[in-house]
Amino acid sequence: MNIIITIAVTALVVLYAGLFKAKKALLPLTLIGLLVALGFAVCSWNNPTTYYSMMRMDNFALAFSAISIIGTFFIFLLTKNYFAEGSDNVAEYFTLILFALCGITIMVSYQNMSMLFIGLEIMSVSLYILAGIRKLNFASNEASLKYFLMGAFSTGFLLFGIALIYGATGSFDIAVIQQYLIDNVKSVSPLFYPGVILVMIGLCFKVGAAPFHFWTPDVYEGSPSLITAFMSTVVKTAGFAAFLRLFAGAFEPLHDFWTPALMVIVIITLCVGNITALYQKNFKRMLAYSSISHAGYLLFSLVVLTTNSASNVLVYAAAYTFASIIAFAVLILVKQKTGSDSIDSFNGLGKRNPLAAFTLTIAMLSLAGIPLTAGFIGKYVMFLNVMETYQTALVVIAILNALVGFYYYFKVIIAMWFKEGSEVELEVPLQYKIVLVFSVIVTFFLGVYPDLILNLI
Amino acid sequence: MELLILIFLPLAGAIVTSFIKGGAAKISALGFALLSLCVTIGLLAQFTPDATTQFAVNYPWIQQLGINFHAGIDGISMITVILTNVLVPLIILSTFKHEYKNAGIFYALILFMQSGLLLVFTALDGFLFYIGWEAALIPIYFICAIWGGKDRIKVNMKFFVYTIAGSLFMLLGIIYLYLQNPAKNFDINAFYALNLDSYQQGWIFWAFFIAFAIKMPIFPFHTWQPDTYTEAPAPGTMLLSGIMLKMGIYGVIRWLLPIVPQGVNDWICVAMILSVIGIVYASLIAFTQKDAKRLVAYSSIGHVGLIAAGIFTLNTQGMQGVMVQMLSHGINVVGLFFVLDIISSRLKTNKIDELGGLAKVAPQLAIVFLIIVLGTVALPGTNGFIGEFLLLYSVYDYNAWLGAIAGLTIIFGAVYMLRMYQKVMLGTTNDLTITFTDIKGTEKVVLYTICVLIVAMGVYPKPILNLSEASVQHLLEQVNQKLTGVN
Repeated sequence: MNIIITIAVTALVVLYAGLFKAKKALLPLTLIGLLVALGFAVCSWNNPTTYYSMMRMDNFALAFSAISIIGTFFIFLLTKNYFAEGSDNVAEYFTLILFALCGITIMVSYQNMSMLFIGLEIMSVSLYILAGIRKLNFASNEASLKYFLMGAFSTGFLLFGIALIYGATGSFDIAVIQQYLIDNVKSVSPLFYPGVILVMIGLCFKVGAAPFHFWTPDVYEGSPSLITAFMSTVVKTAGFAAFLRLFAGAFEPLHDFWTPALMVIVIITLCVGNITALYQKNFKRMLAYSSISHAGYLLFSLVVLTTNSASNVLVYAAAYTFASIIAFAVLILVKQKTGSDSIDSFNGLGKRNPLAAFTLTIAMLSLAGIPLTAGFIGKYVMFLNVMETYQTALVVIAILNALVGFYYYFKVIIAMWFKEGSEVELEVPLQYKIVLVFSVIVTFFLGVYPDLILNLI
Repeated sequence: MELLILIFLPLAGAIVTSFIKGGAAKISALGFALLSLCVTIGLLAQFTPDATTQFAVNYPWIQQLGINFHAGIDGISMITVILTNVLVPLIILSTFKHEYKNAGIFYALILFMQSGLLLVFTALDGFLFYIGWEAALIPIYFICAIWGGKDRIKVNMKFFVYTIAGSLFMLLGIIYLYLQNPAKNFDINAFYALNLDSYQQGWIFWAFFIAFAIKMPIFPFHTWQPDTYTEAPAPGTMLLSGIMLKMGIYGVIRWLLPIVPQGVNDWICVAMILSVIGIVYASLIAFTQKDAKRLVAYSSIGHVGLIAAGIFTLNTQGMQGVMVQMLSHGINVVGLFFVLDIISSRLKTNKIDELGGLAKVAPQLAIVFLIIVLGTVALPGTNGFIGEFLLLYSVYDYNAWLGAIAGLTIIFGAVYMLRMYQKVMLGTTNDLTITFTDIKGTEKVVLYTICVLIVAMGVYPKPILNLSEASVQHLLEQVNQKLTGVN
């Protein structure tokens, strides 16, 4: 609980700091707030507490809160000069991201479906505004409107599903729902089944799984890059944590019912994400489609539920988050210099700035899943998970998709190192350097010694 | 402990070298490569040629997933380790005349690859083997794609996706074995002890075999190879053909035969026929090549086909032939590619028709090139002879027809190699080749070393045969035991 309070208070303090034109203080205040929240998360480790059966801060919730906070921390480090351009309301950015983080913390720790809804809405409403925060920019406006309409639509599905489940079980509490399913596994109310499917659809919208992914590319492309980075890393991770809490927890007894539906979603998501990414010339759009495909790999953990499912998602999400942060950080730098975010604008980056090019190479290798990077361990545990029930066909599809993935991730590497581009030097500010280097270290560390995080939950 | 030094010394070298700029990088790389060679000689001195695994290390690595850092050396590994650590210094030395851009990174990648290769050749843990397998691939991709020829990007993408496709299916096989293993780890001895039925073994056979077949390459998985060899920078070609394709051969011996003997037994016919088709097909194509580098690339497919056929005979002679031929082929092909690199870096062409009469202007090159070519065509008294003799003998033993076809083709191979030599080195000089200058300095060192190795191994191959004999016999016993146990 103290995590949520800390983040919410920080958000308000930052908002007031903005009111009194203390622009310099915004970033330090935010970072300190996040560090305190992270400290609380670490301190409450192995010490689960429940708040009026609404939220439960167990290790699962703490681990996902922690990784969300760390991800947000990194993204804030990248804000240097980023928001200041073309806007005087810098404080709003900070506050809204913090509010979204607040919602995320609720989403990963809910014990009651009403809290899931509240958390999701707190996060989503902040994101609707953030997507459109460049109010004079067409793409940004379009992104915001699209995101809002689609988001509202999906929330409708989710709510409808929750209502049906409430109708069947008489409770929003996920422990009660689970008990209901265990007690009546043969005679589950017919209301329950459409309820599960609708909730699944609602959540698939949020994590951007196909065929509910249509908003993703446009929203990701139109939003300011930093917001896209936030959406595709922290928000996505939170969505999966929420997914997992419900489906690996409460709905687990009905596993046989919803797995086939999910399996179809996984296969479509993998194929659509990867094959469409192959044709992208725009780096940001390519990342958007690749994020769809990663949603597919992440859903593997739900296809076969084991005791390791949660930690597998955590490993994958961590790998994906750090690699994406590098990708977006370099994208922001390149875009500031060249004014374009097409893959061609990365041509010759290896000469213009070896550090940025090297870190982006590692990020791409990690996203592609090359051994010794975190991304490989993430993919490996997912494959292992599915192989445990010998669903070889699914793994073969995933492998074929991973091969497609190599093509488009290597397109970026090829552009940076093997193609000639403009010779303009690219400077990397200190804060970016810190983020890049630290992310690369984490990527290697998790790739070589993942025991640390595999044991966590 | 010694083994850890062996594996990680090149990696340390890679890290150091990557920070060195300009001409000093090659010195540093050579230093580390020679140091590795010294470590290898040290290990060789302590090595007793029996069937046991020596210098074994076994540390828990990723405990949660049952992964251990388990590695060791037996006779079979020793051969490949020697091959790697002898060839890498030679390859680095062969680049001394070139100035590569970003030399530090270039040599660092070579050393990094060496570490990956050594890991492959010593790993006794399935996961570790896979890591080494990929760790050797990534650097060679960058070596070929950054410093390669005109078409390098497209060609290397094909190479990369081809090989990684194979290795991902191998990973699937490894995961399957891991899940079958009651101890839930990747230990190779636990894999050996698994009792899989012939249906499972068949699937695992293909999962592994395709990965190895792509790497070697065996027909029809070879289509990446000629283009990649041609477009790669000379040291890249040497690494690929000299050492990297032995990963596939080693993989078959270590990870295919003993784990799924029944699967091998069921599919041996197919594997054998593919290998022999490869020999015939590659030799025929080699015959028509106009580019010397491509010719050698195709001839390499032919030679590897014979080695693969030798493995699948599953008898001691064949397997011993494989061991010797792995070394010989590595040394010879590096020599061939180096000679062609010398020619092309001076005359900017490798087209056979444009060359001729080089022997007149470069008598020393003519002699060493002749020795290397004779080694490649397996003249008695050279290193190629002993290996090829054992291989042909065992293939003939397995099936007289296949033996006859393979044997005739190898003789055929002598024709195109000698014809290539004749057209390039003999005859009259033309306007281009008259400008050629003879080998000197480091070129001499590399080529003379190779020639000495060719002759020495040809005249006195016993130490090498001794080194691996016990391990090979032990391995085949294991395979036969499992086969008779199942039936």
